Amino acid sequence: MLSQRNIERRSTLALKLDLDQKLIDLCRNYTADIADDVEDKIAKNTTTSVERTVLRLLGVDGVDEHGIPLSNVIVEKVQKEEELNRGISYWFGNALLQTKLSVQKLAQAVAKDEVGLFKLPKASNEEVYDYLLKLARAKADEIKDNVKIKKEMKKEHPPGPKPWLYVIVATGNIYEDVKQAKAAAREGADIIAVIRSTAQSLLDYVPYGPTTEGFGGTYATQANFKIMREALDEVIKEEGHYVQLVNYCSGLAMPEIAAMGAIERLDMMLNDAMYGILFRDINMKRTFVDQHFSRMINAYAGVIINTGEDNYLTTADAVKEAHTVLASQFINEELGLRTGLSKEQLGLGHAFEINPEIEDSFLMELAQAQMVRQIFPDSPLKYMPPTKYMNGDIFRGHLMDGMFNMASIMTNQSIQLLGMLTEAIHTPFLQDRALSIENAKHVFNSARNISDEIQFKPDGKIQKRANQVLEETAEILKDIADKGLMKSLSEGIFADIKRPMDGGKGSDGVIKKSPDYFNPFIDIFAEELDLDAR
Amino acid sequence: MLDKDNMIKAYGDTYNDGKIQLSFTLPVQKGVEAEEAARVYCAKMGLKEVEVVDMKDLREGFTFFVVYAIADVFVNLDKINVAKIETEEMSYYEINDYIKEKIGKPLTVVGACTGSDAHTVGLDAILNMKGYAGEYGLERYPQFNTYNMGSQVPNEKLIEKAVKEKTDAILVSQVVTQKNVHIKNLTEFVEILEAEGLRDDFILVLGGPRISHELALELGFDAGFGSGTKPNQVASYIAQKVYQNINNK
Repeated sequence: MLSQRNIERRSTLALKLDLDQKLIDLCRNYTADIADDVEDKIAKNTTTSVERTVLRLLGVDGVDEHGIPLSNVIVEKVQKEEELNRGISYWFGNALLQTKLSVQKLAQAVAKDEVGLFKLPKASNEEVYDYLLKLARAKADEIKDNVKIKKEMKKEHPPGPKPWLYVIVATGNIYEDVKQAKAAAREGADIIAVIRSTAQSLLDYVPYGPTTEGFGGTYATQANFKIMREALDEVIKEEGHYVQLVNYCSGLAMPEIAAMGAIERLDMMLNDAMYGILFRDINMKRTFVDQHFSRMINAYAGVIINTGEDNYLTTADAVKEAHTVLASQFINEELGLRTGLSKEQLGLGHAFEINPEIEDSFLMELAQAQMVRQIFPDSPLKYMPPTKYMNGDIFRGHLMDGMFNMASIMTNQSIQLLGMLTEAIHTPFLQDRALSIENAKHVFNSARNISDEIQFKPDGKIQKRANQVLEETAEILKDIADKGLMKSLSEGIFADIKRPMDGGKGSDGVIKKSPDYFNPFIDIFAEELDLDAR
Repeated sequence: MLDKDNMIKAYGDTYNDGKIQLSFTLPVQKGVEAEEAARVYCAKMGLKEVEVVDMKDLREGFTFFVVYAIADVFVNLDKINVAKIETEEMSYYEINDYIKEKIGKPLTVVGACTGSDAHTVGLDAILNMKGYAGEYGLERYPQFNTYNMGSQVPNEKLIEKAVKEKTDAILVSQVVTQKNVHIKNLTEFVEILEAEGLRDDFILVLGGPRISHELALELGFDAGFGSGTKPNQVASYIAQKVYQNINNK
């Protein structure tokens, strides 16, 4: 049911672009078919990373004497015996019951081979399940408490108006990141993302402890999450406005990162359904299973996800391939809603990446931005800055970023990843970030209510462009629905990138579930998020 | 004798006035002392008539400065020497004809973003069918067999592939240059080739936004291409270089 407020907002929005609502509905019908097919293909599987996540959610932390996370050590032991199809929950839960050790003590003992999971007496499924469910519920309640804390903090120190200013820190050293993040937050940044070290997505584990070395970014570790959260909490109290913390829930350890974020009270996660397949060559099944569980965690933890459609336009052409961005947004929306995420948690991504030398390129940017705003009225759209045509000319770059900010305020975008004038030169200096915040504040303030004053000319260039993109989107979604998403991806439907259905990294971590598989967290989250347990 | 016109300084609005602008951040609280610190810092660079025209508090004890000053030094243009790619730029059709007529067989290239680098924008611009800025990529050239290995390829894997495909040229793309991580990886790449006695079997081409031809030569590559490079420029170079190598043997 739509609230009265939403209906009103929709009707005023509808005045702007005259989009064919039937076509939009048709797109959503196609996406439902696409999602059915994906769910069919993944329902029977779990992954090593999902199972490691169960351990982390239960409270397993730390590393063994070789620095390998205990969650990896334990899951690998069970996988080696080919018993993971039952789920780690049974084996670890049974061992808890039999040994009466605490979660962490047991994890350490198993890692040291002091307790053999398969040598212990075996309790019945029901017994283990009941026991583990209680434990898992207590852990889930802790995440719920985090959601409450976030809500209360936001009430006391409200976030700034949208579009929210989103900036990245990426020094490689968490303590240096903290300095830069605090400076940016005091300058007015609403969102701080700690970008990850460049190869982390391909690590089939999560590094441990505070880290001070990384390339192009800082490792996502639970300790680093905690350090940054504490620093930002401090700034929130001092400056009186809420600052959201973001990290990257992608790659081979996707659901584990979701769990860490839920535990350490993160606000947002980059969490795309297909990014890993396309841009990191991760196996399709692995990605779809991992994204499903990680999104359930994010849904439950009140985290806003950011999807990665902007990336398509860094490899494919932003004028010709605009419809693939919209198509992917529809798919991300449908797959997201099915994991319990609300529309308000779907930060659907797009980007300001049209070649600025094309005449009327700004009109095309406006058409796209206004179109997605109208099609997804309740979702906090994530708008990405120009990168592809940034060339080292910082003066031109600063102007392009200003126009990007203008497009955003004219079309009510929500999450504004600020462009840096030094894009294509280096990871941002302190001053680059400050200049970009100043740029956005200047544009947003001087045109704060401009969107209320705008209507687009009927049959004008902007209207025509938006409708053309929508029509192309419906066509491509029909095509994907006919073929199935996996086959379509293998044919290079997005970003001009082809990925074979059974190829990619991490396929050895996909495991067929046995009929008595169980995962207490899936059951708890599904129940509380009002989903069918899968 | 010095040619006076070839002795130059920065130009603001009068010939050889030496006017420059710069901006930087100092870890100091904004205030009159900060302004003076910026002026002294510039003076120590040898700059004259330093004017701090703007100062901005970046918080956490940092201040940003915009400065105008005079750089009172000359550059002698007669003494400037830069390594340049000497081959001639040809079009898509000219290159294909050139290879067909002069070399007589299609050329093979293998490209990759090596090490931890996950950014394939540059590599794709040169290799992918559709190319970049209106120029087709090498995959489109009938006279090139192209293998694009994508991102995060270990040096050993790339060399293995190059040997297997009897490649004429290897293209390495590096985008992430933070803390000079690329230098170590690129040096290692050339060292492996040399150790295996394979260095002269391939034309080594390096590309990336922060890459110059000079840097590429320094690292032991044959050529380097920076940002804005179009696929036909790389293709022209490879075709002519292969032809030169045939003639030199």
